[in-house]
Amino acid sequence: MTGKWGFMGRIVTIALGAFKESVRERVLYNLIVFAFLMIGAAILLGSISLGVEQLILVNLGLGAISVFGLLIAIFIGIGLVSKEIDRRTIYNILSKPVTRAEFILGKYAGLLLTLLVNTAIMTAGFYVALAIEKKGLALHDFSLLIAVYFILLQLAIVVGIAIFFSCISTSILSAVFTFCLFVIGNFSSDIRWFGQESGSPLLEKMTAVLYYLLPNFGDFNVIDQVAHGVRIPGQFIMANTCYALLYIAVLLSGAVLIFEEREF
Amino acid sequence: MLAIEINGLTKVYRVGFWNTRIKRALDSLNLQVESGEVFGLLGPNGAGKTTTLKILFRLVFPTSGTARILGKELNDTSMHQRVGYLPEHPYFYDHLTPEELLHYAGRLFGVGQRSLRPRVTQLLERVGLTEVRNVPLRRFSKGMLQRAGIAQALINDPDIVFLDEPMTGLDPIGRREVRDLVLQLREEKKTVFFSTHILSDAETLCDRVAILNRGQLQGCGELRQILSLGASTTEVILEIPPEGILEELRPLVASMVRTGERVRLEIRDEANTEKVLAISLRGKAKVVSVNPVKMSLEDYFMAKVSSAKMEPTAPTGTYDG
Repeated sequence: MTGKWGFMGRIVTIALGAFKESVRERVLYNLIVFAFLMIGAAILLGSISLGVEQLILVNLGLGAISVFGLLIAIFIGIGLVSKEIDRRTIYNILSKPVTRAEFILGKYAGLLLTLLVNTAIMTAGFYVALAIEKKGLALHDFSLLIAVYFILLQLAIVVGIAIFFSCISTSILSAVFTFCLFVIGNFSSDIRWFGQESGSPLLEKMTAVLYYLLPNFGDFNVIDQVAHGVRIPGQFIMANTCYALLYIAVLLSGAVLIFEEREF
Repeated sequence: MLAIEINGLTKVYRVGFWNTRIKRALDSLNLQVESGEVFGLLGPNGAGKTTTLKILFRLVFPTSGTARILGKELNDTSMHQRVGYLPEHPYFYDHLTPEELLHYAGRLFGVGQRSLRPRVTQLLERVGLTEVRNVPLRRFSKGMLQRAGIAQALINDPDIVFLDEPMTGLDPIGRREVRDLVLQLREEKKTVFFSTHILSDAETLCDRVAILNRGQLQGCGELRQILSLGASTTEVILEIPPEGILEELRPLVASMVRTGERVRLEIRDEANTEKVLAISLRGKAKVVSVNPVKMSLEDYFMAKVSSAKMEPTAPTGTYDG
């Protein structure tokens, strides 16, 4: 296995290894909590009928998918690299014909796979709950998948941030930085608005730079819109996809550059 | 072609809050290891052995100097394809079983599934882990982990095997097994480069050794040469010697130890051996044995390490390993 397939083969091996580790470390146990939440919500909503049950269920279900995914992305993401260094398992990997870039990309892909599987199972559970609540599913209910897709894009960026910070800092600080960046990223449009409203050209420029520099998570949250049946334009989906891919590419390139210089 | 070539390798760490203090972990190390030889890197803890190995695998970067493995630069990771490495105190993903660990390592080397399966079975057998092939590594003792580590270092059938303190933490049986394994590798014409502070292991296994202390090379050469370098002594054991003879012998010997009815004499000067024997025979003492005592690697090592301690220009400090 040499050349291009060797490169891909090693990334796939590391990714599958990271996925297996998540499964064995019982990361997917969060699904049990999610299942209880969905069943509980379905039973509870079944006993009240104010005409908003479906709205509440969609908000609750998609919100839970997002929160659980986020917790996994941050807490596993920050350990992806630092845990390997702390436990010295990295010696064993980098002494094989594995480049540092392949290691980072493999680890990233592994956690993304974990999140993908986790989100897919939660989404399936959510649809089961929705079907019970509505006593069946209509075709337009599947437009909710756009919100799930955006959650995944958001998680992919968060994992990128977590892995970036874990290349330069300790686990705890990486978690704090990642979480802070996630929170700020949700308000980046507000930061820009604040600058525009301030009337100060300097502040306006500074907030504009911050707006372009920080991840813009606000645009990925369309749970309210899809819950109310608002159509999400294809152009918006495409723009968000490109934005996420670009942002992830920058984060991973940065992580690889820093990691290349690191000593263990 | 040389298997390993190290030229002027130096590693300096900056420590302290302001990074102002300098710790010299390795100081202008020059080494050449031939293909097919078993080479031992010896030194006490903190001598720079692990630092050397870490540099060779680019886990740390040298401050100056260069090194090549199998003629290739260290940053060429394709060279790892022909190299096996057992790190000191090996740590592996403990959720894996030894069988899974070997499959994982094999896939990183690009070994195809078809040839990987028999290779894994054979290696597990070779290191004695067949019975526990499906037990997670987190339940393994240190010795068992070491065996798993050795197996994964051999998964790619490497030309050079680097073993960092492979005997540490092993019981006598485990050490014997590792020794046998190194001898097998030698028979297979593999190059083995191992670091150790257990001298008897080096003495039994190595074709050549290098001695490292405080990051500096103290000596390097063929074991036979090193061992014959030091002044050899002769040990004479006498039984029931008359007291008068002992007084006569005392100025000729380096030491005289009495145990029960026997007296052990250590003679440094070869010319004195004949005199001692003549006096003993004349005095009707029973000569039990006359043995030449060669300098052991341990003696050599102690002499080198203690002379380095007395050097006023010794480096300011070292890092562990």
